[in-house]
Amino acid sequence: MSAELFSVFYQFADVFAFLILSAAGLAIVFGMMGVINMAHGEFIMCGAYVTVGLVKLGLPLAIAQALAALTAGLIGVAVEYLIVRRLYKRPLDSLLATWGLSLIVTQSMLLIVGSSITGIGTPEGSFAIGGYTFSTYRLVLFACAVAVLIGLYVIFMKTRFGVMARATMQNAAMAKALGARTGRIYAISFGIGAGLAGLCGALYAPTMTLIPTMGATFVVESFVTVVVGGANVLLGTAPAAVFLAMIRMALNASYGQIIGQIGMLFAVILIIRVLPEGLSSVLVRRGR
Amino acid sequence: MKSGHLLKVAVLGVVLGTAAFGVAQAAEPPLKVGLLEDVSGDLAFMGMPKLHGSQLAVEEINKSGGILGRQIELIHLDPQGDNARYQEFARRLLSRDKVDVLIGGITSASREAVRPIIDRTTTPYFYTNQYEGGVCDASMISMGAVPEQQFSTLIPWMVEKFGKKVYVIAADYNFGQISAEWNRKIMKDLGGEVVGEEFIPLGVSQFAQTIQNIQKAKPDWLLTINVGAAQDSFFEQAAAAKLNLPMGSSIKIMLGFEHKRFKPPALNNMHATANWFEEIDTPEAKDFKKRWRAKFPDELYINDMGYNAYNALYMYKTLVEKAKSTKLEDLRKVIAAGDACIDAPEGKVCIDPKSQHTSHRMRLISVGPQHEVTVEKDYGTIKPYWLGDIGCDLTKKNDKDQYTPSHLPNKS
Repeated sequence: MSAELFSVFYQFADVFAFLILSAAGLAIVFGMMGVINMAHGEFIMCGAYVTVGLVKLGLPLAIAQALAALTAGLIGVAVEYLIVRRLYKRPLDSLLATWGLSLIVTQSMLLIVGSSITGIGTPEGSFAIGGYTFSTYRLVLFACAVAVLIGLYVIFMKTRFGVMARATMQNAAMAKALGARTGRIYAISFGIGAGLAGLCGALYAPTMTLIPTMGATFVVESFVTVVVGGANVLLGTAPAAVFLAMIRMALNASYGQIIGQIGMLFAVILIIRVLPEGLSSVLVRRGR
Repeated sequence: MKSGHLLKVAVLGVVLGTAAFGVAQAAEPPLKVGLLEDVSGDLAFMGMPKLHGSQLAVEEINKSGGILGRQIELIHLDPQGDNARYQEFARRLLSRDKVDVLIGGITSASREAVRPIIDRTTTPYFYTNQYEGGVCDASMISMGAVPEQQFSTLIPWMVEKFGKKVYVIAADYNFGQISAEWNRKIMKDLGGEVVGEEFIPLGVSQFAQTIQNIQKAKPDWLLTINVGAAQDSFFEQAAAAKLNLPMGSSIKIMLGFEHKRFKPPALNNMHATANWFEEIDTPEAKDFKKRWRAKFPDELYINDMGYNAYNALYMYKTLVEKAKSTKLEDLRKVIAAGDACIDAPEGKVCIDPKSQHTSHRMRLISVGPQHEVTVEKDYGTIKPYWLGDIGCDLTKKNDKDQYTPSHLPNKS
């Protein structure tokens, strides 16, 4: 019985981690900054490829993953400075620009690195409960997802940068008038978002097939989680992931992956219909 | 000024050269071969060897004088794994470029997308993949292996070796669904039991729940007919969770070269039946691999699709030369006479007159813990007999249909 209970928790944790890690970067870039970043998947792919490359050079996995997230973050800062910065007031153009970027990046990777590279293998470690065996690494992913949530909360709610960032997102002109360096804040925020996307790719790299379009497998889940979370991403993303993970896990377990995916997307449609502002609108109202 | 002058001379040279070339070639316009293969998108890693195999065959045939003295012009378009683009490009190749033959398509969905378009023309079409079988269509010539060559060999072997309980994970589209149906039929005939079947939407990459469902069902072995890079993540995740079950498949190793793309031992204990895999070491195969590697030194793996794509051009050459014509009806007369055979790197292969599918030398291969491939069993040449047995006879009637164990021709 306890094996069944644990397995339910494990499966929930697995889907939850996938949703949080794929959505965290987008929550900042799309949720807070309002940039519909179609290249989100390519930042994820970047994290994965850098991780695998560094591990093949002999670095330990954890360090490679940290460096990969950092690389994606720095590329994010550059992308913000070169492309996104000019398009804050033109959201549809930024959508097109980032989509174009995504196409260019996937095709360039295909041409330069090739259609597929060899994986590095999931770190050893598994444990058995009842008749089931589980991979320890999946729990590491869950721990990372929780850590990312806590980290985001601390950065944006407890630090001076966070206060200024939130002020800039709410009213850039006023924040600027009060002395916030909004240009730099935008760049750093975008960089954090890209870095978190890179972290997602870095963490999932050992468990997946590595191809240039691998980011696409995360993109639907990430947008869905952020949209269901709603306007206040710091409050909304976690409950959105909990809610969607529970639905998907229950349906996956009983009816298989097809129904799991259909059911989750159906729930998303219902939520957007009933709560156009997302889950966080309810939470914020309650809070006041 | 000087460079401008040079340019003029160069242009003149090119024009004259082209004109001279044009005169020499005017009597024999090239044969146009239309090729639809994905070299970008999710299936690029499989499509690339298909393009390479076609290019290698075209180069070799052109060097040795072409087909009936005519050079081959290969027109490749990349549908990027998008079935709508497959249809658009097929129309373009057929009606604008007026190709003499159309080759290609990776997924069965893409094949079924272009087949009705080809059926409205008189252009022959070669499908070069192994697939779920059953297409009885006079316009189509199938070069890959089919279930009676792959499943009727593999599944009895797996049952005998590992046990009667199987769990199936399959991609959720026509290939996966029909292959699963084949498995059900063969398992029933063997007195085995399908303890679970899970169909996975394309693009899904997370399998923790599936792995647990498998452990709950306690099968003796797995049939893995999952498709695409995302779904292949199953192997890494199953290995990390220590699932440790024997696996069988009709598309792994020789087609998707998962043993080259994943770190050992993720593909340990995988078994497949194949007409080609790069590890074949007969003299003919070695010679073929040497020529391939000379042209494409960076190829990660020469897969069976690429190999079949290479054979398709030689088969086309044989058909055209025997028929002394490029017309579909004339090519089909050669097939109907049972004369459509080539000496392929795997050995002699022939097109079956009734179904227009290809006979193959089938071998059962196993993957070891270091991802080494060993041949377990050699079945010799197996003919594609199933369609003929159920009543498809293209020499008499063009059904233009795809049959499955549960969708058989009407007995009239």
